[in-house]
Amino acid sequence: MFMIFGIPGPLLFGQLLLGLINGAFYAMLSLGLAVIFGMLNIINFAHGALFMMGAFVSWMLLTYVGIGYFPSLILAPLIVGIFGLLLEKTIISRLYKLDHLYGLLLTFGLALVIEGLFRNAYGSSGMPYRIPSVLQGATNLGFMYMPNYRGWVVLVAVVVCLATWAIIEKTSLGATLRAATENAPLVQAFGVDVPRLITLTYAGGVALAAFAGVLAAPIYSVNPNMGTNFINTVFAVVVIGGMGSIMGSIVTGFALGVIEGLTKVFYPQASATVVFLVMVIVLLTRPRGLFGKAA
Amino acid sequence: MLEIKGLNAWYGESHILHGVDFEVREGEVVTLLGRNGAGKTTTMKAIMGLVPRREGSIRFRGAETIKMMPNQIAKAGIAICPEERGIFGSLSVTENLMLPPVVAPGGLDVPTIYQLFPNLKERARTAHGTRLSGGEQQMLAIARILRTGAKMLLLDEPTEGLAPVIVQQIGRTIREIKNRGFTVLLVEQNFRFAQTVADRHYVMEHGKVIDMIPNHKLESSMDKLHEYLGV
Repeated sequence: MFMIFGIPGPLLFGQLLLGLINGAFYAMLSLGLAVIFGMLNIINFAHGALFMMGAFVSWMLLTYVGIGYFPSLILAPLIVGIFGLLLEKTIISRLYKLDHLYGLLLTFGLALVIEGLFRNAYGSSGMPYRIPSVLQGATNLGFMYMPNYRGWVVLVAVVVCLATWAIIEKTSLGATLRAATENAPLVQAFGVDVPRLITLTYAGGVALAAFAGVLAAPIYSVNPNMGTNFINTVFAVVVIGGMGSIMGSIVTGFALGVIEGLTKVFYPQASATVVFLVMVIVLLTRPRGLFGKAA
Repeated sequence: MLEIKGLNAWYGESHILHGVDFEVREGEVVTLLGRNGAGKTTTMKAIMGLVPRREGSIRFRGAETIKMMPNQIAKAGIAICPEERGIFGSLSVTENLMLPPVVAPGGLDVPTIYQLFPNLKERARTAHGTRLSGGEQQMLAIARILRTGAKMLLLDEPTEGLAPVIVQQIGRTIREIKNRGFTVLLVEQNFRFAQTVADRHYVMEHGKVIDMIPNHKLESSMDKLHEYLGV
């Protein structure tokens, strides 16, 4: 067995892969949060609950309707996205004229309600979701065995993150979004239906969270708390990356996942706190986050 | 083309416009003159639907727009170049130019726009619109609304704070777009500049239009005008 820095190679790479997997979820979730924050000026505390809903909807599609994993990757984000659209239209949109704190309180309350409903119906022990057969097994990479499903998750997450980045930074729809983030009234005065754009942005961010939820279902058990476990770290990621920065969210998400994974190898006691340690250091030296722009 | 009757507008508790009446006919360039705080910019914003509360009547091509949202007013064919120019820093120069959606046929195409504003062509690859100089930003702010096919343009102090040579270029541009059949409502502090482009001038004071001076009578009305504007 070969060693790196006195650590067995397979252990190091195994934790690195675990870190990348967690990082993939951090990146996808913080991306949605960043997009929503940019347009709505609301910190969407319901994000973790909507991530959990994505996992649950895919489990329900499989259990009750017999719809498998791959169609779920499209269907579950669509269903949860429509749920998000209704939330924005009926409740969240009433808060735009009020202080940001109300949006925070409302979405936090929504998260509690959504998680409570699922806990009530399904308990909190969690349900297994089988890895689709084509993605079962593992591949020998020479230096380690990589479970195929985990490789798939990292790959898909990278593609989805880059696609989201490209839509926002390189298309005319993205240009309209960025402009509306800067000066919504003027963009509306150019003829853009900004309220509809805001609704669709929220639905899009929510769908992204649900998509991450579907990817997560076979890795973590499908349970009502799975969002809460993630979301605290994800908020730290958003703060570290810089509020509203798209590339910042992606890079920081993956990087912090890896840092967390490596900490588990070298100093396991600190693995739960290292992200927050990084957050403190970043906030002390760059209060706007690593990728945040000056106001 | 644009008929405004009894227009009132409020920002929160402050009542800014107190019954503004005037009209702009198709193909005209009309200015709003007046001291700071007379309500010129608020009138522009009220026409575009950008004030929190407005009452009265704003008819555009015969249709009442007072109850419309800003995006509906834009779709009807009115476009604004705001006082603060409104160039987006997170958008490139080209993205800024292409941002306003086309609302009607008959807008200028990009080659024609570059012909009118050669500087913009040179700076088209600039990654952040706000990196442009003040004059270039102003040209971009005018250029992007010429693309949309809106034929009624609201230009809010396009010459403010700009060098004389750029003011002249903006003057030429306004005469050029008038020749192309655009209708322009112009807010201007500098009536010497307004005189070179406008057909008529409305004078505003305390949120009302108090006088109208045709351009050919401007010279003979100088005493009156000096009194109105306090210059």
